[in-house]
Amino acid sequence: MAEARRTRVVLAEVGRRAPDHDRTRSELAEQTQIGEALVRGLVRAQLALALRLSLVVAIGLGGLPLLFAVAPEVSAARVLGVELPWLLLGLAAFPFLVVVGWAYVRLAERTEQDFVAVVRRPER
Amino acid sequence: MSNPYVVPAIVAVTLVTVAIGFYGLKLARTTSDFLVASRMVSPTWNAAAIGGEYLSAASFLGVAGLVLKYGVDVLWYPVGFAAGYLALLLFVAAPLRRSGAFTLPDFCQLRLGSRRLRKLATAFVVFIGWLYLVPQLQGAGLTLTTVTGHPYAVGALLVGAVVTANVALGGMRAITFVQAFQYWLKLTALLVPAIFLLLQWQADGRPPVAAPDGPHFPAATTVVVDHPATLTLADGSTTEVRAGERLFFDKGDPVPHVSTVDDTRGADWLLPGDNDRGLFATYSLILATFLGTMGLPHVLVRFYTNPDGSAARRTTLVVLALVGLFYLFPTIYGVLGRVYTPQLLMTGRTDAVVVLLPGAALGGGLTGQLLAALVAAGAFAAFLSSSSGLLTSVAGVISTDVIGRGSVRDFRLATLLAGVVPIALSLSIASLDVSQVVGLAFAVAASSFCPLLVLGIWWRGLTARGAAAGVLAGGGASAVAVLLTVVGPPLSGWPAALIGQPAAWTVPLAFAVMVAASLATRRRVPSDVNAVMLRLHAPEGARV
Repeated sequence: MAEARRTRVVLAEVGRRAPDHDRTRSELAEQTQIGEALVRGLVRAQLALALRLSLVVAIGLGGLPLLFAVAPEVSAARVLGVELPWLLLGLAAFPFLVVVGWAYVRLAERTEQDFVAVVRRPER
Repeated sequence: MSNPYVVPAIVAVTLVTVAIGFYGLKLARTTSDFLVASRMVSPTWNAAAIGGEYLSAASFLGVAGLVLKYGVDVLWYPVGFAAGYLALLLFVAAPLRRSGAFTLPDFCQLRLGSRRLRKLATAFVVFIGWLYLVPQLQGAGLTLTTVTGHPYAVGALLVGAVVTANVALGGMRAITFVQAFQYWLKLTALLVPAIFLLLQWQADGRPPVAAPDGPHFPAATTVVVDHPATLTLADGSTTEVRAGERLFFDKGDPVPHVSTVDDTRGADWLLPGDNDRGLFATYSLILATFLGTMGLPHVLVRFYTNPDGSAARRTTLVVLALVGLFYLFPTIYGVLGRVYTPQLLMTGRTDAVVVLLPGAALGGGLTGQLLAALVAAGAFAAFLSSSSGLLTSVAGVISTDVIGRGSVRDFRLATLLAGVVPIALSLSIASLDVSQVVGLAFAVAASSFCPLLVLGIWWRGLTARGAAAGVLAGGGASAVAVLLTVVGPPLSGWPAALIGQPAAWTVPLAFAVMVAASLATRRRVPSDVNAVMLRLHAPEGARV
């Protein structure tokens, strides 16, 4: 029962049999130990990437209130006639977020391409 | 107020919204078309639609109102509203799309296979959806009162009725086109007047936005007192005023501080606050907004319209850029409001600043009137689009999980049910700041669905009981805090900070309880967890 259900969830097209040489991909679908290890590795890599980039934001943006609190001279500094906190929060924060997001999309896609390359590699 | 262009502009926006809804209705033929737009929506359209749905009354009116009142500290609202999409992108977007879940309750059932958890999630979706809908209708009522003088209830009822009818008849396919249109309308409606306002400010010789002795009246102003209060004048002396009294101020008079209105002056407005409670509130707000977006019901349903996980990622990145672009402008309105509409600091209705500013700064000429009409139209677009999206998702879960099995008839009935409650609430609830109520909805979402999604997607050890315990602890605590804030007695000091901005303790609480309870029920980890993890994380290209 569990076997049948598992197959239905994973395989979009059950009817099409994987060719014999494509063992890794069928292993993945059948959740053998190698397949499971491959997926675990992918999940770990993607999570590490997401955590690293959220650390960038946690320091870059999340550190600001603390910085303003411990160093009032920073928050009173004026750049181009505007107080620094207004520039940082009203303007600079948004492109910063987009750049981090853009970096994530690139790196996450690359991780996935590596994964697909491993899975697709024919084992003869 | 006698601006002949405002009412036609509002009517036009409403008619276009309904017309696009009707056009969509003709295209929607099957139940599947009706609910998920058949997944034929392109990423750019989808991103504009998500942005259009997301930028609500809180963004369009509320952010500027808060900046006018409190200054630099509340800039964390727009930053957090945008940063929420980054958290969504990093932790949720692609796996959620690959899971195939359409709503949060779907995700619970799919990942943990528990009907009871599904019911709990449904309850929270409905609670968050209603909490978020009320300020939209409030904003509509306030805008209509401000620009036309009609009573508050008319605006709230009008927007409530239009949205309920449109959602019930058009479904989500229609909504996608409506929302994408609304994003561009809202951006234009803030951007174009902002350019004129900045030029006017320049032409006026750049009057200071943060004079050391507080804001001054830009013109002779009469203020009618509604409630008894104590006024603190610029020289520190105080006077009592009674209801019905009329106060006259000359051009250049400093704006007195009113005891019933909470606002900040001078350096407190211009520079970040540096006391402990302020710091706690700031970090709480950051947690709520950064982590709350992923738990908002109307945001998640949109991901199902992406064809695959990579498209979901790209869509989220475009949304982040579109939303970030939009948030450059409300701050300008809040800051210039200090110069041109300081009387709002006496009435406390600072949420009206966006709507009033074009008329106040540019005068009653044709340009001022047309720009005021444009802003009013944008504000209505904001109410219509956000409340449509929220109502669609609340009605969606009610129709599938409470009433029946999600047929088109169930959906229409659920829409009526889901629409009536927030309309009634918006008529009776005291007028809180629009953005603050929305901030509370974010806090509840961040303390209930964020841990559920993040742990569900990334941690194999999550169990249904652990998830339910975490949602009940974090979501329950933040929901109680919200109810205390909305209907409870006024608080001060640390209790006010802990209850008014609860996320800093409810989010960690939810995560801790969820992990601890899952570890305690370790043997109940679903047997299909490996298959589900594969489905969530394996790229589409690797599926056989």
